[in-house]
Amino acid sequence: MADEERRDAVAAAPMSLDSAPALHDPAAIGLPPATAGETAGALDVSAGRIRREHLRQLVRSTAFIVGAVLFLWWVVCAIFGNVLSPYNPVNGNLVQFNLPPSAAHWFGTDSLGRDVYSRVLVGARDILIIAPLATLLGTALGTAIGLVQGYFRGAVDNVVGRLVDAVLALPVVIVAFLFVVALGPSTLTLIIVIGFVFALLIARTVRTAVLQERELDYIAAARLRNESGAHIMFVEILPNVFGPVLVEFTVRLGYAIFTVATLSFLGFGVRPPTPDWGADIASSSQYLAAGYWWETLFPALAIASLVIAVNLIADSIEAVLIR
Amino acid sequence: MTGYLLKRLGLMLLTLVLLSLIIFFAGQVLPGDPGRAILGPFAANSAVQSLDHSLGVDRPLLVQYWTWVTGILHGDLGTSYQYRAPVSSFLFPALGRSLKLAAVAFVIVVPLSIVAGVVAALNRGRPTDRIISVTGLSLSTVPEFVSGVVLIVVLGIGLKVLPVTASAPAGSSIPIQIKYLILPAIPLVLILFGYIMRMARAGTIESLDSDYVRTATLKGLPRQVVIRRHVLRNSLLPTITVIATQTGYLIGGLVIVETLFNYPGIGRLIVTAAADKDFPMLEAGVLAIGIVYLVATFIADLLYTVLNPRIRLQRAE
Repeated sequence: MADEERRDAVAAAPMSLDSAPALHDPAAIGLPPATAGETAGALDVSAGRIRREHLRQLVRSTAFIVGAVLFLWWVVCAIFGNVLSPYNPVNGNLVQFNLPPSAAHWFGTDSLGRDVYSRVLVGARDILIIAPLATLLGTALGTAIGLVQGYFRGAVDNVVGRLVDAVLALPVVIVAFLFVVALGPSTLTLIIVIGFVFALLIARTVRTAVLQERELDYIAAARLRNESGAHIMFVEILPNVFGPVLVEFTVRLGYAIFTVATLSFLGFGVRPPTPDWGADIASSSQYLAAGYWWETLFPALAIASLVIAVNLIADSIEAVLIR
Repeated sequence: MTGYLLKRLGLMLLTLVLLSLIIFFAGQVLPGDPGRAILGPFAANSAVQSLDHSLGVDRPLLVQYWTWVTGILHGDLGTSYQYRAPVSSFLFPALGRSLKLAAVAFVIVVPLSIVAGVVAALNRGRPTDRIISVTGLSLSTVPEFVSGVVLIVVLGIGLKVLPVTASAPAGSSIPIQIKYLILPAIPLVLILFGYIMRMARAGTIESLDSDYVRTATLKGLPRQVVIRRHVLRNSLLPTITVIATQTGYLIGGLVIVETLFNYPGIGRLIVTAAADKDFPMLEAGVLAIGIVYLVATFIADLLYTVLNPRIRLQRAE
């Protein structure tokens, strides 16, 4: 009974949201939603075999290997940074400040005499705690919102859709920045704020995938079996939109790293003297004009390599799962 | 067509109202007590209360929101906590300087990325295409302050071809001012290049594969003519939308680039306001960014509708 009412409401719902441009969302441009054909093909092959085949394709891709090795290197640094670093990253030798790269200090020393190489190694820690947790929160929340939006449509969809539009009228960095400033910067604030903003972005992609999925016969069958809305969303639809969700996660992880680094650079991330790439770039960039380029360049290259590594992984996963 | 545009305009206003609510919530509800934030944790309670009263933040939230919004509609953006002066006297000059920097970035990136995208599409699958695509994708993922730092080191300090600050000495002529803006504009160009190039490439490939292009080729038109008359006209249309929607990212990038280069634009204004807990300034700055973005996307929609004969004629019916 309730299902019939819902279907009527759905039929009457305006379609206007479907035409909303998602173009200013960089990930949305390159991300085709899961196709119906792919899921239909999944029926006659066991899920385990598909997964193994996907893994084999991934391992064969050079881009994936390069990305994974780089990423793992930074994970190792995040965990064992304190052991690997040759010097104390927080307390420097105040006599040996602003030294250029040498055999003793591979990346030179900064204005407080701290070894830049040690700071770069240990600096991986906070960004690799905050960014993945924020992305995980955003993906979980965003998938839930997207499922509800796509499945129920109607008023819920409209209200959430408008809210997403309003938030997305601002660059992600600025939304995150505004809320981090308002709540006061801390590791937890960063995770929650970035997680919530990403949830809205991810909800949009998941919603599109769910909209295609809900028209398929197995959903009609599930409704006829009188399955509850929650059961249909999370047990029937969710496994079938898992591909786009996984791709969203990896793509967003890259942007989360980007956002965390940017917020630290702007002075609203990890607090000094804890080593942090973004904050280190901000504090040392004033010495660039004096010629002490190594203090800024090496943390900058660290961020670039981590972001590129995650993007290589994301691209390979997308290529395997979607195409 | 008028009906469609009116509907778009209505949606835009609705988004704007929601946006103002979000900004108000973040700027005036979440931070708690502005008086305490300004005076610090050791100030006497009575001093905090009297400051709160003079700032008007002890009134009900709905009243505060209403005063804020009606003030903006009358051109009053509020009073800066930090400078005790109207926000507008800081905001508009800063916005102007940011637009100057953004304009330099746009003038460089738009022709560059469109040409690159079209060239990549025409050489689809060949090394030229791979190089352009991979370069564009990699560049657009590196944060602006990272590429900015590398550029300062290489172009500013190493080769000494460009000045490392963004602000030209006071009273400089326009060409000199532009010369100072080129280095800060490049990180923005690098980020935008990837997106616009990808869109131009995708659009060109789509129209290359279309039936009308095959017809044009088969009826014996020279390749140059086919590309100019049939391919480009169709492929560049979606690119316009992307360029407009990228303004949002451009402004996000301005916050970073302006901080790195110490350029007194809107981004720098927001960051400084945030560091000073100057919430009226912060709110007005963020709202201004939202408005610029919404207006830019609206103009893009308008252009798309006017330039695309299919939509133009269909709506006219």
